[in-house]
Amino acid sequence: MVQKIPILKIGEALIASIQIELNDESAVQLKEDILNQISATGATGVVIDLTAVDMVDSFLGKIVRDTAFMARLMGAQVVCTGIQPAVAITLVELGLELEGVVTALNLEQGLVRLAGMVAGGGGNG
Amino acid sequence: MAEAEPVMVPIQDELDIVRARQEGRQLAKDAGFGPVDLARVATAISELARNIYNYARPGTIELKKIQRGSRRGIQVVAQDHGPGIDNVEEAMRDGYTTSGGLGAGLPGTRRLVDEFEIVSRRNEGTTVTVRKWLR
Ligand SMILES: Nc1ncnc2c1ncn2[C@@H]1O[C@H](COP(=O)(O)OP(=O)(O)O)[C@@H](O)[C@H]1O
Ligand SMILES: [Mg+2]
Repeated sequence: MVQKIPILKIGEALIASIQIELNDESAVQLKEDILNQISATGATGVVIDLTAVDMVDSFLGKIVRDTAFMARLMGAQVVCTGIQPAVAITLVELGLELEGVVTALNLEQGLVRLAGMVAGGGGNG
Repeated sequence: MAEAEPVMVPIQDELDIVRARQEGRQLAKDAGFGPVDLARVATAISELARNIYNYARPGTIELKKIQRGSRRGIQVVAQDHGPGIDNVEEAMRDGYTTSGGLGAGLPGTRRLVDEFEIVSRRNEGTTVTVRKWLR
């Protein structure tokens, strides 16, 4: 069973806000949808908003990391926003620091961050 | 250890992973755990259930509230009759995977819980028992 996460385009950015409990197939689908939407729209940045997500296990963590790396290969930057305290703690305890994944406190700051990264040529700075 | 009625979640389809962690979160919430421990319990269950699904399905996740002396908590038993794990010590190492995963499931789960036991026999299956205590 695949549940689709809607992907919105605002300016040059795509926004995917995860509002449901994602099963594995739906997480894989989201990764593919984001990459396809980057290609279809020419978006230069993507915000994946995790505000409503109360658990990230190693499967979803890997999907998020892979999406960020793959998007970067295509020329788009990914910022993950809204990671809850409990999620941040379990991610580190699991051993998934999501190195190389850019994060911001919330959606607004994520968009600001993206604008800066795109203007500054991307990267982790 | 006082006994409570366990909740059994069969792990056969991919969606059962979601079902198991939701049931576990609910039980842990009823038991009085706070948000960080709820995330730890849900994540541990998700890892154990996915291992059953990936490597040894079908299997079961058994969830129950437990009491030992004055301590209360929750116990999760992930059991399957799959191929077993050849080298458990190796499987408990961070980054060890036979499936292109992250190899974080077993070692990470051990860090998320208070007690962790794994018994695995080749061609007989694997049982992982974890407990989390209320503080
Ligand atoms: N229930 C199981 N039955 C058989 N093998 C298992 C089981 N659980 C884990 N394993 C083995 O242990 C390895 C490590 O598991 P884990 O730490 O969860 O990492 P990952 O699932 O990412 O590979 C797996 O790759 C698999 O070979
Ligand atoms: Mg695993």
